[in-house]
Amino acid sequence: MHSFYNFVSGPLAWIAFLLFFGGSIFRIVRMLMLVAQKESFIFTYMSWRYSLRSIFHWIVPFATVNWRRQPVLTVVTFAFHICLLAAPLFLLSHVILWDEAFGISWWTLPDTLADVMTIIVILGAVFFLVRRVTRPEVRFVTSASDFVILAIVSAPFVTGFLAYHQWFAYPLMMGLHVLAGDIMLAAIPFTRLSHMLFSPFTRAYMGSEFGKVRHARDW
Amino acid sequence: MAEPSKKENADVVDDGIDVGISRLTEEKIQSVINSVIDNETGARLKTYVETCIHCGLCSEACHYYLSHDKDPHYSPVGKVKQTIWEMIRKKGRVSPEFIRQAAIISHTQCNLCKRCAQYCPFGIDIAYLMLVVRRIIHLLGVTPLYIQDTAHSHSVTMNQMWVKGDEWPDTLQWQEEEAQAEIPDLRIPLEKEGADIMYSVIAPEPKFQAQLIYQAAVIMHVAGVDWTMPASMGWDNSDMAMYTADNEIMGRLKRAHFETAERLKVKKIVMGECGHAFRSVYDMGNRWLGWSMPPFTIVHAIEFYYDLLREGRIKIAKKYKPPITLHDPCNVVRGGGLHEKARYVAHAICETVIEMLPNREHNYCCCAGGGVINTGPPFKMARMDGNRVKAEQLFEAKTKGAEVLVAPCHNCHSGLEDIVHHYEIGLEIKFFSDIIYEVMEKPA
Ligand code: SF4
Ligand code: SF4
Ligand code: SF4
Repeated sequence: MHSFYNFVSGPLAWIAFLLFFGGSIFRIVRMLMLVAQKESFIFTYMSWRYSLRSIFHWIVPFATVNWRRQPVLTVVTFAFHICLLAAPLFLLSHVILWDEAFGISWWTLPDTLADVMTIIVILGAVFFLVRRVTRPEVRFVTSASDFVILAIVSAPFVTGFLAYHQWFAYPLMMGLHVLAGDIMLAAIPFTRLSHMLFSPFTRAYMGSEFGKVRHARDW
Repeated sequence: MAEPSKKENADVVDDGIDVGISRLTEEKIQSVINSVIDNETGARLKTYVETCIHCGLCSEACHYYLSHDKDPHYSPVGKVKQTIWEMIRKKGRVSPEFIRQAAIISHTQCNLCKRCAQYCPFGIDIAYLMLVVRRIIHLLGVTPLYIQDTAHSHSVTMNQMWVKGDEWPDTLQWQEEEAQAEIPDLRIPLEKEGADIMYSVIAPEPKFQAQLIYQAAVIMHVAGVDWTMPASMGWDNSDMAMYTADNEIMGRLKRAHFETAERLKVKKIVMGECGHAFRSVYDMGNRWLGWSMPPFTIVHAIEFYYDLLREGRIKIAKKYKPPITLHDPCNVVRGGGLHEKARYVAHAICETVIEMLPNREHNYCCCAGGGVINTGPPFKMARMDGNRVKAEQLFEAKTKGAEVLVAPCHNCHSGLEDIVHHYEIGLEIKFFSDIIYEVMEKPA
């Protein structure tokens, strides 16, 4: 068990980080190169002002017509994404790992809060799953990969939660938790989780088109 | 492939589509799809397809979806799934029957109105994706017959309606004479070099609605505008080739239009009350020609009336009495930001303006736009069934007292005419120019 843990948190973690950072940069650079090659006009329409105006409206809960129309979804979506990013980044034990490995550290969350945030992520994932199978307009466009990415995202939180509360076999859970985290990191650039990388660009382009050319609002 | 949304789609007969389909082979389909995807698209298509998280949040933006009791086949992302996703996933290996369905979906179940872009958290441009599908449909030769006919007309006569070379100045002269009975010194100046304004219209005006040219001439005359109309090809600003994704012809049309303005050495182009023509001149045709913004100042009628009224160049004798409600055409509102100016004009010329809801950039499309009305009689019911929500929206405005529906767009006008009849809403439909002509001060 020890060697499994050492493997997932050692070499595998390195590979995961490499795939995450390398892959993300690669995907974004490749997209930009494709724009430059085939649709370079896109750059002429981009505007910082209207890009940020649009992104700002869409990252503030209830700031757009569609967010207001779907209050429950909006609350869940925002809570889910905030916790998804903040919990792992500011979890005390993660920060300690960073400190031990590289001597860098930053703010941390109280453990109970991180615990609550983990539960929010898990419940959020359940919400999305239920929505996916029960809402006809979502089910119609669902494919197997949608369930896979949901699983990839929730696995580190489920295993982390179990490990933290020391339910089941702690060392095994811990190993699985790290493995799930590695998988998720590595998957971000290469699955539809890449919406994390691309959404600022697509929104910015639409925001620029709507603001600069069409003199209209896109929210 | 998903099941077709409605059985009647299978029953619709359209010679453009059906004859075209009968000539297709799987190899031809595959080579066309792949060549469009490899050679004509780039980061946008790829990024949109890979970023969409299949959340369905765009659904409720679409009047087709809402009007069909939330049938997912009609949701924006649903239409993408039934067309371009599948083409990409199968690397172009789809059947003629699939192409038939894709032609029907892209041409008659989406108005390219871009309302869904305001609902998708990522701003995925589904109208663009549908145009890519139409491009494939065009290159495969399966475009619906009626709209293909107008594209042919553009190609042959450089106008949408097969208006012949001599019919055009004839019509203008005829309207000039008519108007001179009312205002004896009125002229419709033809080919006047160096005029301030070139006035351009869509071909259905001389063909069917010549009184609109009459009204425009009276407004120009009273306001003392230095204007002209061209006698040559290039007078028509409309563009159905844009909607069949026949980009080559779209480019020829816009070039003729801009070059005509250039030849006449005018300061700007003023356009009649049309939405799709505005989109073509301001948004799409100019870009195809390589102009990031149009090479000429393009002024849509709404903006033109706004300027005239604000500068006091036309005076209102007595405001229009019947309460009106105002339809915001997607192509000039979501596509040109003219909603506040439209309201200024409406309030300046009418006593009572009743807002329909939703409005401004969030207005529902009339279901005629994007070339859908131009697919003709075989698909009329697709428009009626596809826009029940518009009928409800109009009915609500009527309940609040509206008697007249102002639609400053030719397509909207015809589309709303059909909706109002089909659902028996009982609103009279007018252009701004109808009302301005009626209420303005004219020389005695
Ligand atoms: S009709 Fe409008 S809202 Fe519906 S899919 Fe097309 S562009 Fe989107
Ligand atoms: S809202 Fe956007 S991301 Fe969601 S399904 Fe529609 S197009 Fe895809
Ligand atoms: S016809 Fe009118 S409402 Fe319909 S798409 Fe065009 S501008 Fe929009």
